Amino acid sequence: MTENYFEVLRPGINSTFQDNGRKNFYHIGIPFSGAMDNRNFVIANAISNNKKNSPVIEFALQGPKLRYKGDKVYFNVTGDVNFQILRKNKIEEGVCYQNLVLENNDCLDLISTNRSVYGYLSINASFKIDFYLDSCSVNTKAEIGANNGKILQKNQIIKIENITKKYSSNKLDYMVSKIENIRVIKGPHFDYFSETAKELFFKEKFRITKLTDRMGIRLDGPKIENIKYTNIKSEGLVKGTIQITADGDPIVMLSDHGTIGGYPKIGVVISADYDKLVQIPPGSKIKFKEINLKDAETIYKLYEMETRNLISKIK
Amino acid sequence: MIKNISNLGDAALYCDFGNDVNREINLNVIQFFKNIKKSNIPGITNITPSYNKLIISFDLSITSFDKIKTEVEQLNFKNEIVNVGNLINIPVCCDNNFALDIKRLEKLLNLDKEEIYKKFFSKKYYCYMTGFIAGMPFLGDLDGSLHARRLDTPRVKVPKNSIGLTEQFCNIYTFESPGGWNIIGKTPLDIFDNKNNTSPNLINPGDTISFFQISKSEFEKKYD
Repeated sequence: MTENYFEVLRPGINSTFQDNGRKNFYHIGIPFSGAMDNRNFVIANAISNNKKNSPVIEFALQGPKLRYKGDKVYFNVTGDVNFQILRKNKIEEGVCYQNLVLENNDCLDLISTNRSVYGYLSINASFKIDFYLDSCSVNTKAEIGANNGKILQKNQIIKIENITKKYSSNKLDYMVSKIENIRVIKGPHFDYFSETAKELFFKEKFRITKLTDRMGIRLDGPKIENIKYTNIKSEGLVKGTIQITADGDPIVMLSDHGTIGGYPKIGVVISADYDKLVQIPPGSKIKFKEINLKDAETIYKLYEMETRNLISKIK
Repeated sequence: MIKNISNLGDAALYCDFGNDVNREINLNVIQFFKNIKKSNIPGITNITPSYNKLIISFDLSITSFDKIKTEVEQLNFKNEIVNVGNLINIPVCCDNNFALDIKRLEKLLNLDKEEIYKKFFSKKYYCYMTGFIAGMPFLGDLDGSLHARRLDTPRVKVPKNSIGLTEQFCNIYTFESPGGWNIIGKTPLDIFDNKNNTSPNLINPGDTISFFQISKSEFEKKYD
């Protein structure tokens, strides 16, 4: 039996194994983690005909360059990704959202994401990786998940097993829509801030700074003035929570966030806008829009419907 | 008991037990946490206890704020508060190489280091919560004479397994991490074991911690 594997020629900036993440460990300090852009993760597995929660390789901005060794394998890339397949005699430009083939010695070069952050690589096979607390999701802070809790390393080998021999020409015509408005529900400490600050928060634009990763986004814009306490007694957080630091800058908690924090919570990004928020690259500006719980719940139903719709269009 | 339940975004409940920090309120929070965990309400994905708040996250594709709130309110708990935590003994080495801030504390607290350690080791501490980073316990309360503010400039890297003090609390850095607590020693025990796939945490909310001092040679022996 031949061994099938990827050799990592270039690891990329922040390439990790991810699935749906792990539940029920916030109380011991372990966040969900999991794929940042859930919709693109779900679609990648649907195109591969994989089970819904199968592990993928998530990459950010610059992706990995991988040499493939072994039997023919099918794969697809989701997101807005510029990539190439370097075959024996030619370079093939990659197309996202469709199954493509890799043969022995081919190289897959996931060059970069376009005006977005995260991309996903799914294979019609499985990665031979470890699971920790029911998930492969890598959390580099707690050093848990596949790959000993680490990002991909140069020259490492990624073993592949259970290759599906049958090719399905699965394909989806889909372009991730870009948004600037992020909808937010007011948080429990909304009244800690001055009237002017509350108005600025929903009126002005904030720039996504380079201090942004899988743990959180640090924003830059008008200072949000706290008129009560800049520190609260530490309490739990959820992903999408927007805290205001003592300096008056908003920080948004993302999938690998610390499970508790001591800054006041001005708001929480609605679940339906999370995938879009994480895809906005550093340097871009965003605007928060206030919304109530009932509307957020309705919008989430629409978001789910849209995802199901997209999956049904794969052919 | 719970003073108010509100929503935290569209996929979590924010249960408020007031603003005070004390063992009685926190035992209420932990009792509530354990009872909800036992009740297996469908859709709940995470429950996060802290000093005086409990956050219940849920999967919005299965349930909703109104449903979970009603279910939580209908749970009929016995109101008795029992401390169901374990007693855990933690060895600490206070060698100068590990007690990074002992000189600062001597000045700040106007006590010499023998007095600081005597007061620190003579008390048992209660675990209010674990988190921020995986497994980090927030313990209290320190003797009133040991209350010190955070470092003015936080360290970029606090060594793994360091014991830190700030205000009425102490903690253990389960990973190398940035931090501003006053470091008084180091334990050879792994408080969070990332190879343990079932219960990686040594200390859980509600547990009681007793620290005891060990020498440098004992520390090194335990490290092997």
